Amino acid sequence: MAQPLVKKDDDRDEEAEYSPFLGIEKGAVLQEARVFNDPQLDARRCSQVITKLLYLLNQGETFTKIEATEVFFAVTKLFQSRDLGLRRMVYLIIKELSPSADEVIIVTSSLMKDMNSKTDMYRANAIRVLCRITDGTLLTQIERYLKQAIVDKNPVVASAALVSGIHLLQTNPEIVKRWSNEVQEAVQSRAALVQFHALALLHQIRQNDRLAVSKLVTSLTRGNVRSPLAQCLLIRYTSQVIRESGNNTQSGDRPFYDYLESCLRHKSEMVIFEAARAITELNGVTSRELTPAITVLQLFLSSSKPVLRFAAVRTLNKVAMTHPMAVTNCNIDMESLISDQNRSIATLAITTLLKTGNESSVDRLMKQITNFMSDIADEFKIVVVEAIRSLCLKFPLKYRSLMNFLSNILREEGGFEYKKAIVDSIVILIRDIPDTKESGLLHLCEFIEDCEFTYLSTQILHFLGIEGPKTSDPSKYIRYIYNRVHLENPTVRASAVSTLAKFGAAVDALKPRIFVLLRRCLFDSDDEVRDRATLYLNTLGGDGSVVETDKDVKHFLFGSFDIPLVNLETSLKNYEPSEEAFDIDSVPREVKSQPLAEKKAPGKKPTGLGAPPSGPPSTADAYDKMLLSIPEFANFGKLFKSSEPVELTEAETEYSVNVVKHIFDRHVVFQYNCTNTIPEQLLEDVVVVVDASEAEEFSEVFSKPLRSLPYDSSRQTFVAFEKPGGLPIAGKFSNILKFIVKEVDPTTGEAEDDGVEDEYQLEDLEVVTADYILKVGVSNFRSAWESMGPDCERVDEYGLGPRESLAEAVNAVINLLGMQPCEGTEVVPPNSRSHTCLLSGVFIGNVKVLVRLSFGLDGPKDVAMKLAVRSEDEVVSDTIHEIVASG
Amino acid sequence: MASHSSCPSIKNILLLDSDGKRVAVKYFSDDWPTNSSKIAFEKFMFSKTVKTNARTEAEITLLDNNIIIYKFVQDLHFYVTGGDDENEIILASVLQGFFDAVTLLLRNNVDKREALENLDLILLCLDEIVDGGMILETNGPLIAEKVRSHNMDADSPLSEQTLTQAWATAREHLTRTLLK
Repeated sequence: MAQPLVKKDDDRDEEAEYSPFLGIEKGAVLQEARVFNDPQLDARRCSQVITKLLYLLNQGETFTKIEATEVFFAVTKLFQSRDLGLRRMVYLIIKELSPSADEVIIVTSSLMKDMNSKTDMYRANAIRVLCRITDGTLLTQIERYLKQAIVDKNPVVASAALVSGIHLLQTNPEIVKRWSNEVQEAVQSRAALVQFHALALLHQIRQNDRLAVSKLVTSLTRGNVRSPLAQCLLIRYTSQVIRESGNNTQSGDRPFYDYLESCLRHKSEMVIFEAARAITELNGVTSRELTPAITVLQLFLSSSKPVLRFAAVRTLNKVAMTHPMAVTNCNIDMESLISDQNRSIATLAITTLLKTGNESSVDRLMKQITNFMSDIADEFKIVVVEAIRSLCLKFPLKYRSLMNFLSNILREEGGFEYKKAIVDSIVILIRDIPDTKESGLLHLCEFIEDCEFTYLSTQILHFLGIEGPKTSDPSKYIRYIYNRVHLENPTVRASAVSTLAKFGAAVDALKPRIFVLLRRCLFDSDDEVRDRATLYLNTLGGDGSVVETDKDVKHFLFGSFDIPLVNLETSLKNYEPSEEAFDIDSVPREVKSQPLAEKKAPGKKPTGLGAPPSGPPSTADAYDKMLLSIPEFANFGKLFKSSEPVELTEAETEYSVNVVKHIFDRHVVFQYNCTNTIPEQLLEDVVVVVDASEAEEFSEVFSKPLRSLPYDSSRQTFVAFEKPGGLPIAGKFSNILKFIVKEVDPTTGEAEDDGVEDEYQLEDLEVVTADYILKVGVSNFRSAWESMGPDCERVDEYGLGPRESLAEAVNAVINLLGMQPCEGTEVVPPNSRSHTCLLSGVFIGNVKVLVRLSFGLDGPKDVAMKLAVRSEDEVVSDTIHEIVASG
Repeated sequence: MASHSSCPSIKNILLLDSDGKRVAVKYFSDDWPTNSSKIAFEKFMFSKTVKTNARTEAEITLLDNNIIIYKFVQDLHFYVTGGDDENEIILASVLQGFFDAVTLLLRNNVDKREALENLDLILLCLDEIVDGGMILETNGPLIAEKVRSHNMDADSPLSEQTLTQAWATAREHLTRTLLK
């Protein structure tokens, strides 16, 4: 049966790499496929051609629509042949070609014939092929056969029908759900895999019916499920039932725990592991419940099979996060895994040990890790460094040995990413554990004495400039910094000069000595170094007299730089040398392209009322700055809220526009972010014409057009409206994008002089009441709720009608109100019947609002909701109800 | 798909050669929508695993939130990929089934050349192990039998078939022992 597909070339030597598909080419194979049309079919040759076609597809070759259709039609002819081998290949290629609906009809009757064939292999394969390519209408025709096949005595046929059922359930659930009697019968099958497939399908059919799933689990955990795979499924379903039955463990034993525990003694490893994992993931698992699971996992740790060791150590690693004490018994086995051949296992073992280690074992552990570090790859070293960083934050008293460890590995060989991880860790430790500052800075100083990475050197010098002057003896760092000026490349030298200047500006006592050093830098071979030294000497008063450095000078030299660098670059390019000096204030501060951070904004919501904004400035700050830089908006007052960008065009249209709604007390500004996606066009005088006829209380006051919009750039145009102050007024606006199009010559990139006016209809935009609510969380909802008092409380009940799920309903209401979910209540546990969600926010006019939403399932899908609002103003409470009532 | 309450699911099964080139591959997941993303994944995974010794026992690693279980024989590299919350041992059983079936189908000559010459059998084998991510069968000999069943001539009576086959197998064994 193993004939080579191409006659072996005898001249070719054995050592030349031989492949039966050498030099294969799509065009030639498609030609060969003509043999499918021969009146006298040569089955073996046809099989070979199909194999070649499949080989091409497998190598990533694609067929055009026409080629695929041609091959498909030719292949359908092969149903005439009675050769079994050929038929198998025909099935295979039909699945790979995934024919379109009108093509499917051609093979339907042939496949249906095979489905009723006496040959089991035909039946099984025809079912799988037909179900793969079929659509709903055809399915009703063959449903009868499929139901029969599910209970077929041949396990291959039954499995084929069941697995097809699992796939079809996604597209045609109402049909597959009618098969549950047959599926239930198949669950009792003696064939292991049939049982597995039947159980999987039965559960998927019933997964939204908690009672039915619970009954299924109850009956099956008593009986004997033979197949290990089916047993694994049953364990998953059981833990699901346990999760949902939830909080009734006070009464003593957890239901079904005995079943899970008994599975730990199963003969199949996959079942043992599934059960052990399920136990470790139980909600609020007790250490008594954990013990037997940990014991079997511990046995796996010393298995000869890497897969078992990996599975066990990975699970224990997770357990160590929540129950470090339960895992300590395995520490000895875990320590021997540090030298495991498989580095994934070794790293998991190390990080587990770092998590379970108590304060007293830290030193011993560090010793072991030191030996281990030398023979693992950098990427694993990084994981270890990160684990050590968190260990140090956990045990700040142990900082000495951990800091020592970090400084030791910093001195050893290593790539950039690894060194960067170490430096970052030291910087974080210096920031969070004040005691480490002096030693940490010295370690960093030593590191830059012999550091091959310019980037790290400059970063460390910058950090030294900030932290060094604040230490008890800043002068001891000067030597390290000044050494850089002698020994390094120009980039590092320039950076060292800046750091020296920072010391000089911050520590008056050091000033004279710093000036001496800076003056020496005036003779540096690099002009940037000389320029910096000159600048600093002049601005800091380099005449040697000890004077208090001017605030403005400090700000000018070391303050944050808030002009977008891109804008500065263009302005400098446009500046023509003349009498007039370049004025930095003339550089526009508008952000031209959307900052990337905006997409990630939801993760950076403030977490508590009055929590100081930390880290990088939020998007709100960025918007605020940008709007302030436009003089026309300056008198609008403080920006209350900016919405998330709303898309006004379909994805991948010629011009892509989204809008951000900026809400002020008496004004609304629409910021249209426009992107030009056509390389051959330059857009000029871009403006959005807004029709506010459906928003009567708004009147347009100002529109700021966009002068030019070249290809692949994203810029903004603004339209501002005035509205009555303090009130949450809603309105609908229709938008038309108007602009002048100029053709761009693709070779030169130059635009033609003459343009054509054009316009482009955008989607409508709505200002809704939720736009007037700011997402502001509270850390303790209960106390905030109680302190607000019931004076302005409004309570009402609403029916939300049929919903996909409770979680979907909760999300819809949160989005409708645009408020901040508190205490993680936006997450609905799977399959809950009821849920309470807490929201908080600030209404325009700075009125605090708290909302308590109680959801319940009423019937199978209907969701009912009770809405309680407390705020400082009853009008606002009523408004919240209006939003929900009209939403 | 591969959440805990659902079925075990397989993201792909790959058979590569000792340079990381494809012999036969089958993807069941949308994680790699284009051919180039598939190739990139194969290249990355190959580079991360090629230096390990996966010749006696199947080895395992975690890359980009995927569990990859693999085993090497001669110039063939077998891989099975699943999601990172999948039961590792189930994935390993799929790899073992694939490996055993291929060994049987190639009559113990498990190398690239033999695999390419019998590519039809390898492709059918992949088809019989997993269907759309769902495990069909993990027992190697059963998979091999399902793949082979088509090589029997449909027209000849069943008893004769088995006899011919038995004869062929016996003859093969004999030649092998003689050659040793």
